[in-house]
Amino acid sequence: MAEVSLSNVFKRFGDTVAVEDMSLTVPDGAFVVLLGPTGAGKTTTLRLIAGLEKADSGDVLINGRSVLNDTPAQRDVAMVFQQYSLYPHMTVRENLEFPLKSPILKTPADEIARKVNEVAGILSISHKLNNKATELSGGEMQRVSIGRALVRDPSIYLMDEPLSSLDAKLRSDLRVELKRIQADLGATMLYVTHDQVEAMTMATHVGVLDHGKLVQFGTPREIYENPVSEYVATRLGIPRINILPVDLFGNAPAGAAHIGLRPEHIKQGDGKEALVNRVEHLGDQTRLHLELEGHKLITLTDAHTRLVAKQTLKIAPQNPLYFDAAGARIV
Amino acid sequence: MAEIIIKNLQKKFGDFTAVQSSSFTIEDGEFFMLLGPSGCGKTTTLRMIAGLELPTSGEIYLDGEEVGMKPASERDIAFVFQMFALYPHMNVRKNISYPLVSQGMRKVDVKAKVAEVAGILGIEDILDRPVGGLSGGDRQRVALGRAIVRDPKAFMMDEPLGALDAEFREHMAEELRALHDRMNATTVYVTHDQLEAMQMGDKIVVMNHGVVEQFGTPQDIYDKPATMFVAEFIGSPCMNFLRFDGAVNKGDTSVAFANQTFGIPKQIDERGGKLVFGVRPEHISLSDASGYRGEVLASEYLGTTLIITVATPNGDVKVRADSAQIAKTGETVGLDFNPQTITLFDEANGAALASELNEEIFDRG
Repeated sequence: MAEVSLSNVFKRFGDTVAVEDMSLTVPDGAFVVLLGPTGAGKTTTLRLIAGLEKADSGDVLINGRSVLNDTPAQRDVAMVFQQYSLYPHMTVRENLEFPLKSPILKTPADEIARKVNEVAGILSISHKLNNKATELSGGEMQRVSIGRALVRDPSIYLMDEPLSSLDAKLRSDLRVELKRIQADLGATMLYVTHDQVEAMTMATHVGVLDHGKLVQFGTPREIYENPVSEYVATRLGIPRINILPVDLFGNAPAGAAHIGLRPEHIKQGDGKEALVNRVEHLGDQTRLHLELEGHKLITLTDAHTRLVAKQTLKIAPQNPLYFDAAGARIV
Repeated sequence: MAEIIIKNLQKKFGDFTAVQSSSFTIEDGEFFMLLGPSGCGKTTTLRMIAGLELPTSGEIYLDGEEVGMKPASERDIAFVFQMFALYPHMNVRKNISYPLVSQGMRKVDVKAKVAEVAGILGIEDILDRPVGGLSGGDRQRVALGRAIVRDPKAFMMDEPLGALDAEFREHMAEELRALHDRMNATTVYVTHDQLEAMQMGDKIVVMNHGVVEQFGTPQDIYDKPATMFVAEFIGSPCMNFLRFDGAVNKGDTSVAFANQTFGIPKQIDERGGKLVFGVRPEHISLSDASGYRGEVLASEYLGTTLIITVATPNGDVKVRADSAQIAKTGETVGLDFNPQTITLFDEANGAALASELNEEIFDRG
């Protein structure tokens, strides 16, 4: 495994800047997740590292060495795509063996068998090794395509939303699995997604992207608790942070235009009177949809609250975040 | 608007039973969810209510009238399919007007009705635009408009938000629910997404393999699951199951396994053999004092909370803890369970055993 970094990388497609002045280091053995909406430059960043795109300027380094002139094969990266593209005419075993049979690697046959069995065990697909790839469920196919990356020992694993086409239950199982596999192997992983839960639960480091720019890089906890901007603050947290005009509660620092209140950062029973619009019992907790002087906000309360719609509730900020008119955090 | 009563409804396709003798009541003005995995019979049930499938047996009452064998056109129900099913060659106004025009309504009345619906949905400014260039949200509003415009007795919706991405879905779910609260129209909504069902529904029917597993308010179904299937299908992460061999007697307030004794709600049913101790993740806490111990396998940070996976002598459990809690992978921790929230199940048939916590769900049948 290796450390991988980008240094001041730019990539344009015609008039569109896909990646803008990106500098990013994926430390050896880290699980870095790039989080951003569609069009933020996530996939382009992966493709630049893999060598599937060429940077307009800047450098891509693997273990400190520039790989700009290396072919994708020479870079020795393993990539997993969103759409599991398995060889349909091959069995699961043949699909898994395929990368190891590459003439460059010259892996001995017994080593191939050992590696395939090991990876199949990790991904719980040992019993399907002799099935045709087309005879698998969606979840199994995606596990095979992840397995095809894992049989190799590349410098880095690059994963492009590998779980997004799976159903919720399988996704949550595979999240825990992937995290465990990465930790066990000590693998270096760069994973891109628009799913904040994947980013928060799996990453050792999260990079938040906005229109091709890396706007914050840190542990999930740093990003959640200490966002640099309104944009970053709205990326993490379910329900989403409430962004309100700063004069709603008063007592704001100079230059603040907005106050950001995470749903759990609203004190109840004291402060201003808000109207309860709707009460949603989610089982483990209850969401309150409130309205305060024409502004909507969401807060959380006890699962068995007696509150119902049209009642009122006093609320006050607790650990608020402040942002200026441009969305930058004011500390 | 209308009350809908389903009695012993059954549907067979050849040898395959899609819906097995279902009974439940949808009250006037309710937002009612049919929830279950694919193939559970929820869509077939919805289609029978709408009149798109005829039942093999059983009755459907719409406002007191038995309509089971009536054609869809005589039921006065609006069906909203996966959104975006618009007439592509018509503009927004024509799409919304279509059901009224085809009923032969006078032009001035159509115009007034469309204006009213456009006002409810906030789409007055796009009425003359072609539907081709609309955003996803606007297309969805137009599809809804076409359903609302007829003032039907009830709305049927089949996974209307299924194709949307998470963020937009959340937004549209809120909008749909707000629309319902303004119009108070009886709505039957099919989904496989438990969070969507909990969030939007006044009541939920949980179905599996054509059988109604449970019927009730979201909080009741969450707190008092009638079966292991419901306990597992609702909640994220779902209810934890600790499997053990043991016995409970009527009046017991504790149960013993793994050399420990655990408090439970006062039992009504008695049972011995293979039992399951069901506990929700937020009702487990880490406790040094507890003699019931396990190894931390993983911890997942979620901002406000932390999900900690612990390997216990009775299987892996997930604990929902405060995010300030520290749990290192590999460390051994003790677990405490909140006794009043526990449900015991009989593993053989997956049914909950009655206790003081859940007895009313059995009264209802």
